[in-house]
Amino acid sequence: MGKITVNGHEIDWNDNMTVRNVLDRMKYSFRMLVIKVNGTIVKREDWETFPVPEGADVKVIHLMSGG
Amino acid sequence: MKNIFERNVSGMTERLSRSVIGIAGCGGIGSSAAVSLVRAGVGKLIIADHDRVEPSNLNRQYFFFGDIGEKKTAALRERLLQINPDCVIEAYDKKLEREDLASIFENADILIEAFDKAESKQWLIEEWASVFPERPVISGNGLAGYGDFASLRIRKTGNIYFCGDGKSSDASGLCSARVAVVANMQANLAIELIMNKTGDVK
Repeated sequence: MGKITVNGHEIDWNDNMTVRNVLDRMKYSFRMLVIKVNGTIVKREDWETFPVPEGADVKVIHLMSGG
Repeated sequence: MKNIFERNVSGMTERLSRSVIGIAGCGGIGSSAAVSLVRAGVGKLIIADHDRVEPSNLNRQYFFFGDIGEKKTAALRERLLQINPDCVIEAYDKKLEREDLASIFENADILIEAFDKAESKQWLIEEWASVFPERPVISGNGLAGYGDFASLRIRKTGNIYFCGDGKSSDASGLCSARVAVVANMQANLAIELIMNKTGDVK
């Protein structure tokens, strides 16, 4: 089975995997995130549909309020 | 005027004077970062905010009692020009929206994300990274509370930089010292990126 890397952790990849699937798999329920797949920013409105290819490097950063 | 930068690091004044830095938000991060950038010799700042100064801002933002009720952009602009009258301050007194980010900050070499709410930070970073992927955006992320200096750091993914602890929430309260440390981490990083840039600054 293929793999992807999420914030340095390797997890199993599956066919038709989307950003949303990755968040669910990682149990990232926090809503305020910045997400990159293979270096490309994925806007919030595209999380449900954006495809995550096998071998992808996914970065998920949690954003905290305050300034 | 030249005496202002007499104590600058060699080569810094000339380089920074040709740079343009955008600051989205003039609160705790934006007001402090702007002051440091003008003192460093940045030639032009583009600042944007729609708020007026409120008493609750004075615990951490670079405003004074007499500024209460004033527009933040106007009060900050005046303060910055008192540091260096030759600095160009382009001020937008308006609520920033996704659709006008590119036009307002079109000439900025670097953007400092200086919003308060995570929701706003999110769209700002997404939009900037989509429209200007080659230009750095420096976000303040996790600067609440006090102490815990060792957890403050810079994380980077491509041209998106995050300064802060990445975990503290404003629910624990905001304190000037820690907010200003992170604001100055952002300003310091912006200076570093400009100084390290090869070739002419745009």
